Amino acid sequence: MLSASLKNLSVNVKVALFIPCYIDQFYPQVGVSTLELLEKLGVTVEFPMNQTCCGQPMANAGYERFAKKCNDLFIDNFEGYEYIVCPSGSCVLHIKEHLKESADVGKGAKLTSRVFELCEFLTDQLHIDWLDARFPYKVGLHQSCHGQRGLHLSQSSEIVAPYFSKPEGLLKMVAGLQLVSLDRRDECCGFGGTFSVSEESVAVKMGKDRVADHVTHGAEVITATDMSCLMHLEGILRRQGSAVRVKHIAEILNASLA
Amino acid sequence: MTQREKILNAVRQNQPEMVPAPARPALRASTSTDMDLFKKTLAGIGGQTIDVQNVREVQRSIEENFKGRALSYLPASDLSLRDPDPRQYADLEVAVVPAVFGVAENGAVWITEKNLVHRAIPFICEHLAVVLRASDVLPTMHEAYERIGSDDYGFGVFIAGPSKTADIEQSLVLGAHGAKSFTLFILHESNQ
Amino acid sequence: MENQPTHAALAEKFNKDKARVDWHDQTLWLIRQKRDKAAAQIPEWEALRETASQIKRHALSQLSEYLVQFEEKATANGIIVHWVSDAESHNGIVLRLLKERDMDQLVKSKSMLTEECGLNHFLEKNGIGVVDSDLGERIVQLAGEPPSHIVLPCIHWKKEEIGALFHQYLGTPEGLADPQALTAAARKHLREKFLTRKAAMTGVNFAVAETGEFVVCTNEGNADMGAHLADLHIASMGIEKIIPRRADLGVFLRLLARSATGQPVTTYCSHFARPREGAEIHVIIVDNGRTVQLGRPDFRESLKCIRCGACFNTCPVYRRSGGHSYHTAIAGPIGSILAPNLDMKKYADLPFASTLCGSCSAVCPVKIDIHTQLYKWRQELTKEPDADKVKKAGVQAMASVLSHPAVYRITGKMGRNTLRFAPFMLKNKMNPWYKQREMPDPPKASFRDWYLKNRLPK
Repeated sequence: MLSASLKNLSVNVKVALFIPCYIDQFYPQVGVSTLELLEKLGVTVEFPMNQTCCGQPMANAGYERFAKKCNDLFIDNFEGYEYIVCPSGSCVLHIKEHLKESADVGKGAKLTSRVFELCEFLTDQLHIDWLDARFPYKVGLHQSCHGQRGLHLSQSSEIVAPYFSKPEGLLKMVAGLQLVSLDRRDECCGFGGTFSVSEESVAVKMGKDRVADHVTHGAEVITATDMSCLMHLEGILRRQGSAVRVKHIAEILNASLA
Repeated sequence: MTQREKILNAVRQNQPEMVPAPARPALRASTSTDMDLFKKTLAGIGGQTIDVQNVREVQRSIEENFKGRALSYLPASDLSLRDPDPRQYADLEVAVVPAVFGVAENGAVWITEKNLVHRAIPFICEHLAVVLRASDVLPTMHEAYERIGSDDYGFGVFIAGPSKTADIEQSLVLGAHGAKSFTLFILHESNQ
Repeated sequence: MENQPTHAALAEKFNKDKARVDWHDQTLWLIRQKRDKAAAQIPEWEALRETASQIKRHALSQLSEYLVQFEEKATANGIIVHWVSDAESHNGIVLRLLKERDMDQLVKSKSMLTEECGLNHFLEKNGIGVVDSDLGERIVQLAGEPPSHIVLPCIHWKKEEIGALFHQYLGTPEGLADPQALTAAARKHLREKFLTRKAAMTGVNFAVAETGEFVVCTNEGNADMGAHLADLHIASMGIEKIIPRRADLGVFLRLLARSATGQPVTTYCSHFARPREGAEIHVIIVDNGRTVQLGRPDFRESLKCIRCGACFNTCPVYRRSGGHSYHTAIAGPIGSILAPNLDMKKYADLPFASTLCGSCSAVCPVKIDIHTQLYKWRQELTKEPDADKVKKAGVQAMASVLSHPAVYRITGKMGRNTLRFAPFMLKNKMNPWYKQREMPDPPKASFRDWYLKNRLPK
């Protein structure tokens, strides 16, 4: 059901943009798309200038206790904001579950409920049901695990319950976009942080299998809520010399004729 | 300190704070669709169903289909002649045993030692035939254990179809170490 | 001291045979799909999982009381109950029971606990002939290997290979690979064992405190063929197999086979309450590290496990590395949270053999938070004195960079510039990422640079 742009409803919504470290450094266009998309929807976006990282790389390596200063820095940068939005399911999940401050003053706990992954922010907070976007390609949606099973961005295939998917719901609002179906709807891509190098053979095998599933079903572009998954899949696709591209979901939702 | 004391002390020390037991799942009454589901499920797991009106039909069917050694609980056989050594029944072609009830959701029947000459009988025979009263099909395992209640059996078993394995490349093979086939006679008599 | 090969090294070997990895992965994925189909038949599936989880939580919180109750009831029914702290004592009791009765042959149905205790090897060394009667276990036994999956022991064997094995040991015709024919040959071969063995051993799927009975579930009927024909039936159980009431079996038996193989129930669910006339039943209650795990608040929920194997079948890493890559009796996700409790040095690699995708936790019929425990074990293992010092230094450096915004920015720029101007520094054989993947393209400017230029008010 079409409705007019929610510019008037989004008035006075101000968000702080939390940009994952690897997006800041290697995929800035994802940050740009996220910011532009939110602005198009009438949101005021600020970028705290001294942010670095959520701390996940240390924590997943078994050293969450070394991430405290990094977490303090996160809290300093973001505690003044009502909404913190991030184009990464795994970073948001990490903050929600593992934010550990140096001094246990409870600041972190107050903050975590205000951190949102992009798709869940658009769906659950802005309640958008219409997007001025166009992306006329066959797209495969990779359901990044931490966003899916951790943040419940979509119903995972193991659970006996009705299916829903916030990312898919948003992609369906994009004109010209054709979503392809896959054999394995939500199998992990194999990135897993340091796993991608410490267990290289399994990680790459998992990635190759994901790529093959998308390619077999005719995907021209693979998208996801997490750029880390896409970085891993893109590395494989480019080594294969494939014409299939990867695009973060923010880039697709922000795509227009212009 | 005995090992028993050592273990129990360690358990007592390490077990967490009391967590209450959850509420029991709700039970429901059997319906006519349970029999349909029961037959369908049993067929799906390699069992065969034959509807009969009386035990004579069962006996006739057994005699017609199995020419080898048979052991049956039915009145005609004399169970006092039983051999005390279960191994002596290794050459049984067919055993006929009564089921207490069946379970619709998984096609299983409940059999207890009371109705067996030896515990080994339903496993050692080449083919197994079971007789079940049509009114004794329960919906799920919850109702099954409600029915079993605190029955003081020495041995009881749920048997769901013939023995099977898929250990060789996931190819399903019926007839591993237990019975190779499973025939269920559903008795529609009003009294028996 | 020999170097323990890690999961990563063993998995790399496993992946060399591309066709075999695909076959292993696809076979197990098919079983996961069967599980999905079976679970979907039960509209109340998720509620059932929650109930099962709560029953187990409750049981663990009153474990000492339930163990004592089980012993009382079982003993009153004529079952003899033994308690053993560790694997050595367990194996010792089994040997003693056999020797006391002049028995030197044992037929055994599937018990991962006996695998954990290394029972077969111990008994063979002490002059006892052991025959594993489950078809899959018999195959790996003849091959001299441990099982690679707790429910499907020889999932990694192809039928031609099994045919060759049977030709060597059972005298089947060379080249015979038909599963039906091979199974028939195994039936004949094992039937002779059942009929001649006076001693049988089984595991325990569930032990009921209320009645003192225990339940053994099989598809093949091998546990029953062993137990009902033997004069001595020994059943080994971990302390965590206790459930409070007989009616609780209804919950677990609805979940077990559906989770394991997608069947509504195993062919046989045998309830042993009393020994039959003239025969004996001995139950051995085993600790072997379980009380320690019980005392770990973060990890005690792993003791809820009913050994269904669903986590193995769904795990994308297990499917592509095989059970032997975990170098422990119980492999897969559940094995990776149980094993470190036994030996934090030997099994330090296992919690890292995962992407923490969470699929295991989602299929677990008793809702063990497996992937959360994997994360938590990582935090514990890095505290051990022999934790990798190079890795620790690397992580400390990373933490330092990420705690200082200016340092982070400079380091990031340096990384991008290296890729831009000296790509060979990262695009080479030394970089594990680069072995089979391209590096990302390095942009000139970071997002922050863009924001400074395009948005920040001057």
